[in-house]
Amino acid sequence: MRHIISLLLENESGALSRVAGLFSARGYNIESLTVAPTEDETLSRMTIVTSGSDDVIEQITKQLNKLVDVVKVVDLSEGEHIERELMLVKVRASGKDREEMKRMADIFRGRIIDVTDKSYTIELTGTGQKLDAFLDALEEGAVLEAVRTGASGIGRGDRILRV
Amino acid sequence: MELTGAEITVRCLADEGVEYLFGYPGGAVLHIYDELFKQDRVKHILVRHEQAAVHAADGYARACQKPGVVLVTSGPGATNAVTGIATAYMDSIPMVILTGQVPTHAIGQDAFQEVDSIGITRPCVKHNFLVKDVHDLAATIKKAFYIATTGRPGPVVVDIPKDITMARCEYSYPTSVSLRSYNPVVKGHSGQIRKALNLLLEAKRPMIYAGGGVVLGEAAAELTQLVRSLGFPCTNTLMGLGGFPASDPQYMGMLGMHGTYEANMAMQHCDVLLAVGARFDDRVIGNPKHFFQEDRRIIHIDVDPSSISKRVKVDVPIVGDVKDVLSEMSRQIAAGTQKPDAAALKSWWTQIELWRARDCLKYDRTSAIIKPQMVIEKLWEVTGGDAIVTSDVGQHQMWAAQFYRFDKPRRWLNSGGLGTMGVGLPYAMGALLAHPDAAVACVTGEASIQMCIQELSTCKQYRMPVKILNLNNRYMGMVRQWQEFFHGNRYAESYMDALPDFVKLAESYGHVGIRIEKPADIEPAIREAFARKNELVFMDFITDQTENVFPMVPGGKGLSEMILV
Ligand SMILES: Cc1ncc(C[n+]2csc(CCOP(=O)(O)OP(=O)(O)O)c2C)c(N)n1
Repeated sequence: MRHIISLLLENESGALSRVAGLFSARGYNIESLTVAPTEDETLSRMTIVTSGSDDVIEQITKQLNKLVDVVKVVDLSEGEHIERELMLVKVRASGKDREEMKRMADIFRGRIIDVTDKSYTIELTGTGQKLDAFLDALEEGAVLEAVRTGASGIGRGDRILRV
Repeated sequence: MELTGAEITVRCLADEGVEYLFGYPGGAVLHIYDELFKQDRVKHILVRHEQAAVHAADGYARACQKPGVVLVTSGPGATNAVTGIATAYMDSIPMVILTGQVPTHAIGQDAFQEVDSIGITRPCVKHNFLVKDVHDLAATIKKAFYIATTGRPGPVVVDIPKDITMARCEYSYPTSVSLRSYNPVVKGHSGQIRKALNLLLEAKRPMIYAGGGVVLGEAAAELTQLVRSLGFPCTNTLMGLGGFPASDPQYMGMLGMHGTYEANMAMQHCDVLLAVGARFDDRVIGNPKHFFQEDRRIIHIDVDPSSISKRVKVDVPIVGDVKDVLSEMSRQIAAGTQKPDAAALKSWWTQIELWRARDCLKYDRTSAIIKPQMVIEKLWEVTGGDAIVTSDVGQHQMWAAQFYRFDKPRRWLNSGGLGTMGVGLPYAMGALLAHPDAAVACVTGEASIQMCIQELSTCKQYRMPVKILNLNNRYMGMVRQWQEFFHGNRYAESYMDALPDFVKLAESYGHVGIRIEKPADIEPAIREAFARKNELVFMDFITDQTENVFPMVPGGKGLSEMILV
């Protein structure tokens, strides 16, 4: 099953490689991993999307908790949560495709943030599924380049992850 | 007054109460060596190879519970230390390893003797630190000791660039540490403890399985009290030997791949299993699929939550310090009215005695060639069961574990998790420094001893009277055994050709060497060796090449599928 795990970790060099190293050393999957400092500059917030059986996920959270740099671990998928991913995608936009591409961006609530006479760069935010759906909806060969951030997640309602 | 980083490093060690520092000098740590030279609070033990520095410090820690401390230089000094660090990590041994590093401005430039020590050691340490500012040095060293020795212990590396050892700042050694991200659990959950006791007191076929956590957690007395008050059978893992006294009638012997028939059968057939400070390792329970029993309930006490339900699903997990949890269990049993089911226990013990009668450790005592098992039995007799025994890895290790009956913890030092050949002699060195008056025996094989043989020189320099018992079968015996059983007797590269004359070798280092070829000479030789109180004696026992370790659970099989003699 797919899980989205959030962690707070010390904002220290090496903390990221401890987490990444743990996943590779123990053979756990990483679908995506995002990390950035938080409003408290001594802490980083990381979101990991992984998959595995319940036993594997239990081990992943225990092993993450064991890392000395990790302050808190939450499996967001255990409760209501929101996840978002940002994609920047450069698409072919010449001739008759140009109008069509603009319409597609509008339908998916994307924003065109850069324009040349042959291409658009579209910014799109949503769940991973929505981004997939957008890419699927485009004509074959329309995508020139796509950059995705991987998912970030947060609990719904009053669930808060902080120290 | 401002001190240099090198002074601070040495002061920290002294203020931490470090007695011995095991190490080897080199460019990046010369300022630290200079400061060591100027003081006498911390004694430095100069080994002959950095791997042995780590093993010796590790052996010291295993023998006396205090953390082992190491100092090596950057680059090759650090890489040579890695095997020792990984060995300590696998067995959860508290250690602090200081590695020199090239100056901060040179890091990342492929400088002379630069390696990414933090990167290389990351997967085999509990934690590691690179010190980037001399102002952080003392606090970092304090944190390293704190992390190494609390919770589930383990090695911590502190990488110190050379310029940091020259920079100056005010020194004060922190008295305490608090880390928001690291708070090991001590007290077991009382509800879980009650649940565990209910299961135990209702058990028909109970079994207690205790591992290295009991030794590391200083909980042997608490375990012994609990086992005796319950009247249940108890087995120890290779790492847990001495955690419950081997001479106790409730002791079942070691379990696992080379465990006793009765211990393995009882593990497999019990209805309630209490696991204490153990981790259901593959060498201990074999294949978890075969180990599984529908109607068996498992209680697991461990300080490390990630050890619980890792290989085997557990019914009642108790996270906490084993000493604390065990004494709480005993307290509640004494306070309660419920007693174990006597009738059920009686028939369980009848079954166990039948398994015991199989006499799974028997061997040919009339052989004209020395049987390795007999050497261990004689060692036990001569030392009154009270020696500190270290071993290397192989058949000799298993025979030592099976035939030396340990009644106390911290008397058996071996590499259980990583299985590192070469630890035996340095472990003995560390043990002797921890307990200068103890009888210390190193049981080894002619292959393993050659992996750290250079330490005979260290033993000479510091007058370490280790008694080495080399079970010389001219083979990497354990490899040969697997080749005999599983590879059609094709002994690929397991014959030890071109062996040195170990007697002369020992003598050339200034020690005493004895070759023993007849069973009748075993005991006199061991007596003579221990009578030479202040000398290192190398006993080269020429043993039966064909002897195998039994019982044996082949890899991937279940515990009850043992090969027996
Ligand atoms: C450093 C290292 N290399 C290889 C091995 C694999 N290995 C396990 S036992 C063994 C043979 C040990 O032979 P010896 O020391 O003579 O002991 P014996 O089994 O004959 O008692 C080997 C090579 C190991 N455990 N450690």
